[in-house]
Amino acid sequence: MSIFPNISIVLFLPAIGAFILILLPSDKLFKPSARDKVLKVTALIFSGLTFAASIPLILQFEGTPLMEHFAFDETVWGSLSEIINTSYHLKVDGISLWLVILTTFLTPIILLASWKSIEIRIKEFLIAMLLMETGMLGAFLAWDLLLFYIFWEVMLIPMYFIIGIWGGERKVYAAVKFFIYTMAGSLLMFLAILYIYVNMPVPSFDLDIIYQHVPSLSGTLSIFGMDISVQHILFIAFALSFAIKVPMFPFHTWLPDAHVQAPTAGSVVLAGVLLKMGTYGFIRFAIPFFPNASLDFAPIISILAIIGIIYGAFMALAQTDIKKLIAYSSISHLGFVMLGLFAFALASGPGGSGEVVTLSIQGVQGALYQMINHGLSTGALFLLVGMIYERRHTKEMSEFGGLAKVMPRLAVVFMITTLASIGLPGLNGFIGEFLILLGAFKANSWFGVLATTGVILGAVYMLILYQKVFFGECHNPKNQSLKDLSLREMIVVLPLIALMVIMGVLPNFFLDKISVTLHEFFKLIPIINIG
Amino acid sequence: MIHFIDNIENYIYLIPLLPLIGFVINGLIGKNLPRGIVYFIGCISIFASFVLSALALWKVIDTGNALEIAYGSWFHSGGLNVSIGLKVDQLSAVMINIVSGVGFLIHFYSIGYMKGDEGIYKFFAYLNLFCFAMLVLVMGDNLLLLFLGWEGVGLCSYLLIGFWYKNKDYADAGKKAFIVNRIGDFGFLIGIFLIFQYFGTLNIAGIQEFLVKHPGEVKLLIEGGVITIITLLLFVGATGKSAQIPLYVWLPDAMAGPTPVSALIHAATMVTAGVYMIGRLHFLFSLSEVTMLIILIVGAVTALYSGTIAITQKDIKKVLAYSTISQLGYMFMAMSVGAFSVGIFHLMTHAFFKALLFLSAGSVIIACHHEQDMTKMGGLSKRLPVTHIAMFIGMLALSGTVPYISGFLSKDLILEKVFLFEGGLGVLSGLPVGKIFWGVGLITALFTAFYSFRLMGMTFWAKTRMKDEDYHHVKEPSKAMSTVLILLAVLSIVGGWVGIPEILGGNNPFHSFLSKVFDPTSAHGEVHHGNTPYILMGVSTSLGIILAIIAAFMYGKNWSFPERFTQKGIGKLLHRLSYNKYYIDELYEVLFVKTIMKGSRLLWKWVDAFIIDGLVNGTGRLAQLIAKLGQNVQTGNVNTYALSIVLGVMALLTWFMIATYNN
Repeated sequence: MSIFPNISIVLFLPAIGAFILILLPSDKLFKPSARDKVLKVTALIFSGLTFAASIPLILQFEGTPLMEHFAFDETVWGSLSEIINTSYHLKVDGISLWLVILTTFLTPIILLASWKSIEIRIKEFLIAMLLMETGMLGAFLAWDLLLFYIFWEVMLIPMYFIIGIWGGERKVYAAVKFFIYTMAGSLLMFLAILYIYVNMPVPSFDLDIIYQHVPSLSGTLSIFGMDISVQHILFIAFALSFAIKVPMFPFHTWLPDAHVQAPTAGSVVLAGVLLKMGTYGFIRFAIPFFPNASLDFAPIISILAIIGIIYGAFMALAQTDIKKLIAYSSISHLGFVMLGLFAFALASGPGGSGEVVTLSIQGVQGALYQMINHGLSTGALFLLVGMIYERRHTKEMSEFGGLAKVMPRLAVVFMITTLASIGLPGLNGFIGEFLILLGAFKANSWFGVLATTGVILGAVYMLILYQKVFFGECHNPKNQSLKDLSLREMIVVLPLIALMVIMGVLPNFFLDKISVTLHEFFKLIPIINIG
Repeated sequence: MIHFIDNIENYIYLIPLLPLIGFVINGLIGKNLPRGIVYFIGCISIFASFVLSALALWKVIDTGNALEIAYGSWFHSGGLNVSIGLKVDQLSAVMINIVSGVGFLIHFYSIGYMKGDEGIYKFFAYLNLFCFAMLVLVMGDNLLLLFLGWEGVGLCSYLLIGFWYKNKDYADAGKKAFIVNRIGDFGFLIGIFLIFQYFGTLNIAGIQEFLVKHPGEVKLLIEGGVITIITLLLFVGATGKSAQIPLYVWLPDAMAGPTPVSALIHAATMVTAGVYMIGRLHFLFSLSEVTMLIILIVGAVTALYSGTIAITQKDIKKVLAYSTISQLGYMFMAMSVGAFSVGIFHLMTHAFFKALLFLSAGSVIIACHHEQDMTKMGGLSKRLPVTHIAMFIGMLALSGTVPYISGFLSKDLILEKVFLFEGGLGVLSGLPVGKIFWGVGLITALFTAFYSFRLMGMTFWAKTRMKDEDYHHVKEPSKAMSTVLILLAVLSIVGGWVGIPEILGGNNPFHSFLSKVFDPTSAHGEVHHGNTPYILMGVSTSLGIILAIIAAFMYGKNWSFPERFTQKGIGKLLHRLSYNKYYIDELYEVLFVKTIMKGSRLLWKWVDAFIIDGLVNGTGRLAQLIAKLGQNVQTGNVNTYALSIVLGVMALLTWFMIATYNN
């Protein structure tokens, strides 16, 4: 395999950047006035390089179904030690490809967006952001359960600091809540991972091996006198951990707090990438590991997802804080994603060995697409709210009104983002929502009908938000002299806007790479069909 | 050039594309362009599109075949493949010419109407974008492309209603239009999902083919009520877009937009999308008697209901808005009795005369310095002669009181087809359904005649109520605007001549043209029923004329009689009900808007913050409490810590080993 695309380079470039920042004796070399700039530029360069290094992944993606390799595969050490059979094994396939790209794409944008808003401890902030990027990339790239778990946990720490140090008034409360909530979830998953490891015919954390064996794990465990199948227990352990991260109703209350308190950068990372860890976990681990349990729990998860869609929308309606509104809208949007992932058509007769479970290709593909969409549109919304906040230091809707007159550029960009977020055909959100709902219909018509109400509610809260901020007379004297978006700020948002249009008009470029993998991927798992 | 015209089918993509280009140019750099260029780009793009539409129509007439072209796939997933395909058949050929033709005239008119508005470049950009979306809606060969156009026109409607966004009421009206339409789209989308589920395709021709090829399955789907459910859901979408009960409430408010917008979007084109959609999917709708009957009832009730509201409104545009809702009801009635070509015929004539009426109203409004209240007008016939004649012609067409004028022809055909309808299910079976709904249609026509001439009287003929000074300042707006009025007035007279039925001495080429699309064997063929059509025509026309004359007399001088009538007793009650639109808006406000807003706040406060988050924080506190109890373990003694670490590691390792060797 050639040096490029080299997944390890993509993965560790940000971390290298972080180390350089640590080692850079900036205090000695530069005047205080120049120092911050040097640090920022260094971080930006490294995140930019990471993005550049990730582009070959798209270009050289071997995606046609006929090819043997449907993923980039990279193993350096076969096995780390004799006792623990783990490996440094990375892989990109169509499921993770766009998430990796999303991460490398968003990070430089976030750094550029935070150019002025972060005023204290700039060095530490940049380091945290870059380590965060490596953490997120690692979780998407790992093809080894233990490796995944390490990255999954690594991610938490920079995020904890980003909220806790550079956050708002109640930052400590929000940071601790975020940390403990997610940590509690991951511990369950960790136990499940260990159980899987020790119960493999040959103990291994390697996903290639686990995919072959775990779905056929059988047996029961006795818990409080009840015999419960191992598959179900393990599924629950994974699912809980992921559900908290998504977050699914009713595990969602950490999210609005975290979003409201986090600085813009934190909110964008959180909405853009971190929440996808949860949904990614479901499709990468929980579903293929435990197909039967997934099928059994699909109705419950679907119902929770639908509640999330509707409930999240109602919560968004009740908010007066812009960021909180968008946070709740995320819960609603991720409800769609979860619904798509669990769009199981009913078991379709006997396959090779026993039952075959069929997943709706539209549902899963739509869900993966929607994960990217949500990253773009919600990421953009948080960026834009951040720009408003930098000017006015408030996020209360009632403080605004008539901004379209003073900040026309912001008004246009915000409008396009709003339209993408409410799924207007021609923009990206529509494709994802449509496919998900189509998949949901296959699984259960009533699920589809209920979820479709989200389409109405989404328009309601977003248009109310837009009207309150941008329409009407600009009465508030504090708003009358606000400056429109600067060149830097336009550079920050325009790539996002461009992608919303491109992904809405030419979705096949993205969808094809996903579908190829989905077909190949689910061949690995004997009891799941996709179609 | 000849090569171009001969191969017009290869260029039909330009028809929607040109306005899109106009949108992009004016939208991106229009702010910095001289106004003249902005006007030019806005108008020329849609005019070119009209020329191409006319050529396409010519070709379709000439060859009798549809022009079709596919540009690959928009998106695909599993068995779903959504193509980007355009199709100009007889039906869409008519539609694209209405959209681009009337569209162009309204663009041109807007130059005068919007003169001096600082957002003029945005206005033209939005209008162009609207035309693009509307053209995609009528040209798309599959349901999702249709839906793309459907949502696109809704977006432009939203943007243009709230064009003067600084006014909160206007912005509210735009939002209301979008949200109410979304409720309709909810039905539409579910209909689309079900179509894919049962027919496996979203391609319109593909659905038709499925119905032909699988008669057995289709029979089951009909008997199982699936077709009824699908078509009803699609119709829910139509009630939103085409402002029918119960989703009509947004249209009167939409009059907040600039008047050219009301003419183009909220009268001539967008609001007819629901009617077009039923025409496009007529093969599906025809399969469900239940749906068709429901459409008939909704259409008829909406037509009459909004007619009763129109007769008391003071705002000149509100009268026209309710009139539009009412006329759309007529179109649905025609579709529901299977007279598809008649429905489309009325759609076309209505586009001409209603655009004319709105633009005339626009001239009145401009002349009166943005006054829309008719009770503050009067006597304008002397000051605005061109507008007066134009509006008079428009009203003649709308009220259908003069034979051979466009509106007369189409409305009369609808009434006739409804009269001849012989259906009826459930409680209606056995009843003379056609005659009953003909009656409803007839009464609606009388209301129409009445409010048409009431408006003429109050605005043009009565003694003026304006101040002398203001009155003498009233003058015809620009020549360009008047030219458009004259052109539309001519169209409102002769535009129906392509559809003169045999009983009036024509051979209805419009009908035979469209019958290529609408199966010629379906129930609406030209059947002779002796003298019945003449009698029906005589009844409706003579009654209409009488009502028109009554209205003209009642409002033509001053309106003392109606004022006295509405000041006490039953008259006051009826007037109040009608004037306040039966308080339906208030009812919706209480039932839905307030309930949802209040409910969401309560839900947030009690369920989210108190119960769910309370549990989360409670767990945290519990843990803290336990930790406090366990504080004794924290001795501060390093040795104790080290010991416990070692013990812990050992325990873990032991568990590992046991577990590993057990396997």
